[in-house]
Amino acid sequence: MGIACRSTGVQHMTSNNASIEIRDLYKIFGKSPAQHVDAVRSGMTKAELAKVHGQILGLNNINISMPAGKIQVVMGLSGSGKSTLIRHINRLIEPTSGSIMIDGRNVLDMSELELREFRRNHTAMVFQRFGLLPHRTVIDNVTFGLEVRGVEAAKSRDTAMGWIDRVGLSGFETRYPNELSGGMQQRVGLARALSNNASILLMDEAYSALDPLIRTDMQTMLLELQTELEKTIVFITHDLDEALRLGDQIVILRDGSIIQQGDSQDILLRPADDYIERFVKDVNRGRFIKVDAIMESLLQSESRSLPKLKSGLTLETAAKELTNSSYDSAFVTGDGGRPLGLISLRQITAALSSGAVA
Amino acid sequence: MDWLFRFPQLDPEFLLAVKRAIDGALKALTRGYGQSIEDFFYPLQRVLIFFESTISNAPWPLVVIALAVIAWFAARRWAVVAAVVGTLIAIGLLGLWQDAMKTISLVFTSTIFAIAIGIPLGILMNRYKRVGGVMQTVLDVMQTMPPFVYLIPVVMLLGIGRVPGFIAVVIYAIPPIIRLTDLGIRLVDKEVLEAADAYGCSRSQKLWKVQIPLAMPTIMAGINQTIMMALGMVVIASMIGVQGLGLNVLQAIANQYFTQGIFNGFAIVGIAIIFDRISQAYGHRLQKHRGAAHD
Ligand SMILES: Nc1ncnc2c1ncn2[C@@H]1O[C@H](COP(=O)(O)OP(=O)(O)O)[C@@H](O)[C@H]1O
Ligand SMILES: [Mg+2]
Repeated sequence: MGIACRSTGVQHMTSNNASIEIRDLYKIFGKSPAQHVDAVRSGMTKAELAKVHGQILGLNNINISMPAGKIQVVMGLSGSGKSTLIRHINRLIEPTSGSIMIDGRNVLDMSELELREFRRNHTAMVFQRFGLLPHRTVIDNVTFGLEVRGVEAAKSRDTAMGWIDRVGLSGFETRYPNELSGGMQQRVGLARALSNNASILLMDEAYSALDPLIRTDMQTMLLELQTELEKTIVFITHDLDEALRLGDQIVILRDGSIIQQGDSQDILLRPADDYIERFVKDVNRGRFIKVDAIMESLLQSESRSLPKLKSGLTLETAAKELTNSSYDSAFVTGDGGRPLGLISLRQITAALSSGAVA
Repeated sequence: MDWLFRFPQLDPEFLLAVKRAIDGALKALTRGYGQSIEDFFYPLQRVLIFFESTISNAPWPLVVIALAVIAWFAARRWAVVAAVVGTLIAIGLLGLWQDAMKTISLVFTSTIFAIAIGIPLGILMNRYKRVGGVMQTVLDVMQTMPPFVYLIPVVMLLGIGRVPGFIAVVIYAIPPIIRLTDLGIRLVDKEVLEAADAYGCSRSQKLWKVQIPLAMPTIMAGINQTIMMALGMVVIASMIGVQGLGLNVLQAIANQYFTQGIFNGFAIVGIAIIFDRISQAYGHRLQKHRGAAHD
């Protein structure tokens, strides 16, 4: 099966080597969390812990490798531990046990000063309800991170103006947040984060408070910016469409535990359990599944003359092209037109309708 | 059955001895350190006299214009400026200009002191929860204690005059500014605080760039209450030698001069309105962008 296609392209050379390695992370909210880690390790569930000890299991045995320069989506229903997880990366929340390695350093070992330096220079965060300073104008909000860092005012102003322009807010510099719509406020939040020039961008349900159309715009903008910036983005959402659209990698949480990790193709085609299957059911599969994920490998001597479909096409597009071509199957081709596999209209229809694919 | 109708009290001799001991100790303290206590407060007295003589000796049109300008900058509304000027003219016409200036000077200086001491105390109260709990209790007691009671130790220590009157006013008026500073900081949006932390603010950066500015409307409400309480204390403080409108009221009570009482009372109300309008209007202007940040 040809699944591993998504990230086969040549990796861009980038200065960003901020991969995030989360190992054996546990978080228990309560009076005596450390005492209960072992019980959780040996299988106590969130419900049991709450009932027996009155403590809340926030995160349970989290292991994730978030690659540098990619978008890592963390998805799950409300209360599944997404915010808790992302707040461990810049240590707004202290863990009960575990480690988080970024660029060779364990965030959880940093002293208060080191942590402050790390937050100032290496991470930036975007919040669900924006987290803007209401008494400051747009420009003064965007310069906030630089100001905290002690960057000279004129210089941070220039930087900020550049980002305000990039997120499409030119002309609004002297407005106050409460004079802007939600979408515009989140652009301010994004500009503030980008001004920091940090390699890690943490976005906690950054778009969940926005209207659907504006949300799509913001997703598009993020993807465009990302092709150029190649930041390590951790993006939290409870919306599968958003997860599939943005995520190079997706982690799905429930009750503080990871129940599936993979790329969008893995999630759509091989949902780990009923919980995920229920999520997946309502998604427009044609828009997210790629031809690579369901093509058949080529027999040695395929000499038929068939139309060619580019690797990475979605099923929706592939189906349209095939239907127009009067063939019922096509080669999937990679770089330079080299055939990689074979796909048929029948396979596409099956993948579009069925839950899983053999 | 007699004991049912007479509450069992401590031995009267004993109570008397306790009272004597405490009062005696206070008196001894005053006798022993009276001079050094007065020396300690001498600079304060100079400041108070300076303010009072400055505003009392200034040409009246200058005072009216100065207050009008302050009103304009605080409120940016002509109605407020007009109300301030109108009130000042009415006070002057009633022949109470000099006394009103003394009262304004006292209220102004004691409010400044209350703010200078109260805001840091409010910040401490917010930062150290233990201290906060103790202070909460102290403030509760202070606010329910009849104000006459703490005139007594002040008078015993400092005698009668400007400084003890001023201290009594500050003590009486300070609780709201402390409380509302603490409350204002507590009410700051949690997500905005998280943003401050996430961008690497130090404690003092967080305090000065985020917490205090966002608490400002609440703190202004505290300042407003403090001013009103200081004005309320003016009459009481005149019992220990503070001059101004309060003293006139006190005389009016003693001699049953109804009209004098009414005029001076209205003058105090007028000053209250001036301070209230100016500080409220400023508070509202602060509120404009600091209220709900999203729609
Ligand atoms: N400070 C806290 N104290 C106690 N429980 C908490 C705290 N923060 C979060 N939790 C609990 O941890 C779980 C995960 O919360 P959260 O990370 O906010 O979920 P999500 O962001 O996915 O909605 C929930 O059960 C929540 O009630
Ligand atoms: Mg959340």
